[in-house]
Amino acid sequence: MLKEYMTISEVRGPLMFVEKVDAVHYDELVEVELTSGEVRRGKVLEAHAGRALVQLFEGTTGIDIQGTKVRFLGRVIELPVSIDVLGRVFDGFGTAIDNGPKIIAEARREINGNPINPYARAYPSEFIQTGISAIDCMNPLVRGQKLPIFSGAGLPHPEMAAQIARQAKVLGVGENFAVVFGAMGITFEEADYFISDFRRTGAIERAVLFVNLADDPVIERIATPRMALTTAEFLAFEKGMHVLVILTDMTNYCEALREVSAARKEVPGRRGYPGYMYTDLATVYERAGRIKGKSGSITQIPILTMPEDDKTHPIPDLTGYITEGQIILSRELHKKGVYPPINVSLSLSRLKDKGIGAGKTREDHAGVLNELSGAYDRGLEARELAVVLGEAALTPGDKAFLRFADEFEGKFVRQSINEDRSIQQTLDIGWKLMTMLPRSELKRVSDAHVEKYMPKASQPATS
Amino acid sequence: MPEGVVREIHEGEYTVDEVVARVESSSGVHDIRMLQRWPVRRGRPVREKLAPVETMVTGQRVIDTFFPIAKGGTACIPGPFGSGKTVIQHQLSKWADAEIIVFVGCGERGNEMTDVLIEFPELKDPKSGEPLMERTVLVANTSNMPVAAREASVYTGVTIAEYYRDMGYSVALMADSTSRWAEALREISGRLEEMPGEEGYPAYLGSRAAEFYERSGRAVCLGKEGRIGTLTVVGAVSPPGGDLSEPVTQATLRIVKVFWGLDDRLAARKHFPAINWLLSYSLYTDKTAGFLRSAIAEEFPAMREQAMSLLQQEAELQEIVRLVGVDALSSRQRMVLETAKSLREDFLYQSAFHEVDTYCSLKKQYRILKLILMFNELGAKAVAAGAPLDRILSLPVRDRIARARLVPESEIDEFEKMEEEIRLEMPN
Repeated sequence: MLKEYMTISEVRGPLMFVEKVDAVHYDELVEVELTSGEVRRGKVLEAHAGRALVQLFEGTTGIDIQGTKVRFLGRVIELPVSIDVLGRVFDGFGTAIDNGPKIIAEARREINGNPINPYARAYPSEFIQTGISAIDCMNPLVRGQKLPIFSGAGLPHPEMAAQIARQAKVLGVGENFAVVFGAMGITFEEADYFISDFRRTGAIERAVLFVNLADDPVIERIATPRMALTTAEFLAFEKGMHVLVILTDMTNYCEALREVSAARKEVPGRRGYPGYMYTDLATVYERAGRIKGKSGSITQIPILTMPEDDKTHPIPDLTGYITEGQIILSRELHKKGVYPPINVSLSLSRLKDKGIGAGKTREDHAGVLNELSGAYDRGLEARELAVVLGEAALTPGDKAFLRFADEFEGKFVRQSINEDRSIQQTLDIGWKLMTMLPRSELKRVSDAHVEKYMPKASQPATS
Repeated sequence: MPEGVVREIHEGEYTVDEVVARVESSSGVHDIRMLQRWPVRRGRPVREKLAPVETMVTGQRVIDTFFPIAKGGTACIPGPFGSGKTVIQHQLSKWADAEIIVFVGCGERGNEMTDVLIEFPELKDPKSGEPLMERTVLVANTSNMPVAAREASVYTGVTIAEYYRDMGYSVALMADSTSRWAEALREISGRLEEMPGEEGYPAYLGSRAAEFYERSGRAVCLGKEGRIGTLTVVGAVSPPGGDLSEPVTQATLRIVKVFWGLDDRLAARKHFPAINWLLSYSLYTDKTAGFLRSAIAEEFPAMREQAMSLLQQEAELQEIVRLVGVDALSSRQRMVLETAKSLREDFLYQSAFHEVDTYCSLKKQYRILKLILMFNELGAKAVAAGAPLDRILSLPVRDRIARARLVPESEIDEFEKMEEEIRLEMPN
């Protein structure tokens, strides 16, 4: 029988202290009944010597210290999981909001999950074709990877994420895939964009959405990614599906974390964020990958908006230390009208080496990647020099690279929002661009590949 | 440690927790088993600590030639994310001249630790010919594993390392990344409601870090054989925002003798290892100079000085180039820039993923450096004698120098030929 307490001693922000409690456990789920009859949920943050610190997901506004009842439910937050969650929309706490029937649980899973033993992991190595050249060629995504998009306010990350969700495929393999979408603190319009896009393409039938909007309870945001990932883990490792998890916007998640930390009067770390934010983010991001002996996988694309476009801000900084690379968007490119505005130089995919090459993408992939990357960097340097000295002062070599950089941005990086390029098409565009450069400068591709793949019609000038 | 007399000793096959000997001392009779237990936060004792003298060759050019680490020494690798800390530590684990490697994954990515578990059994230790995994111990605490375990992980690792050192082995310990250990310290300190120091870290961060690094060294081990064991410690540091002025980096720099500073801009230009040659240092260069002279060549240390000087000059000249363009420089200055470029692209740059370039013997390092500096010397002379610079810069042998790092160890005689080619092609 559950005990009911009316011994709230203090309310502070989203937190409250309950006294004289018995056998209460860390992370235990709590039900709070206000005098109005409203029921809210929370969890135990701390329990010591008969006193419990409870965090309320819906906040503490309207709590009357005298008359409010608190019930400790004897279990941690669990999410009912089932294959039937596919096609459904839930709120940030896992309650269905699409007017559909209640989920009949196949199982209940604790939302914090368990870290995967490194020995049990299978190393990610299957190339995922997103159809976006700046990703597929330059910073490829591999099944089981966690590759975030570092965006900024007003940049087109929703469009990019939706495009990736639509177009992502593993070449040559029969698909048993799903998309799990976790929204934290985004606007109704942004959420609607995704949901409409999924509906339009029919992808909704293979998608599970957890939606905590900007006007939904802030503290609930902290549970939302865990709900999404618990569902993803069930679908991936118990149902053998390949799951793509999109989490947006992690910046809002971190803000919620900071709010709770401040209420707990914890000593803050950088910029007021909790000192444990690295670990907390790791408990979200590390829930990705493949497991030996299991056929499914979880690939994560978290999205965050960098405050002030600053990569050294704690949110992108700590994320970068955890994730396996990052796709960084550039405001400059966006202003020039380039979509997707991906800064290829600053972006990185740490798992690319094992996912590209013959049998995976194409034998010339590594060479093309290195060549385009090096040439683009030189072009950017030439651009900088031109700003200071004027284009007329550049050497002919620099001018060639400058033009290359412009064409690279205009033809390779830029593509339309519905354009789904195969890796072959992407690589061929790369070869066509390389014809702009003297053959002697192409040091990172083999002669054999030049023979085989470079378009013959316009042979490069020999200089 | 009390002294005693062996009362009983057995012969035969035993499990590790069976008693195999008994020693009587003033404090009673002690059972000796093969299994040992040791409190991880206490260093294991040695008879005498010695100063490190020998280079620990790593096969990474920028390290061995310019910023060497000695066996028993300490080094740190601070850098922002994506600058290559883990790749360097993996390279050291694969190629360093050490008999045992202890790799502590402290609060980092699970997939990286999996990478070690997959790759190392496939690679061969060049010395023993055995799979690399046979000489490696992995302590794995991923970033989403409990923080209290993370705090203990570095101590577990260093205790295991000391255990092997006490057998007379040369051991290298990689800690990736010490910043996570410091954060764990901060977290626990916060829960204990201790007064925080700088940036919320406990006031004892510096002393704890020093205690940890001091467990490295070269030592005469206990026991009458006088075995000498070495324990080299290399710690990665992950400063927030890549800003080295933060407490963990600063505390570490006060303690370690070698600093391999990773630079975001080098990483962005795909120059790896992204070790900034103007910022980094090694306090073992003098100690190891003697080794370079005797083992490789008398002139090697001097060549190193010259190369570093050229790179310094490049940095100064680049300032001018940025303002007024390269045409404002004299031919001699342009020659300096070209040689520095060659040093960067053909010597400092090293590909960890290329089957030949991943490991470069000290001998080959010397030969490559010699080629570059020889070209510089003869080229400068030719230019001073009136030859047009562009002609020197377009000599075919330059291409060969650029690919010298890809010449396999077994074909090291190629270098003789390349030196001949330089002499032949250079106009006089």
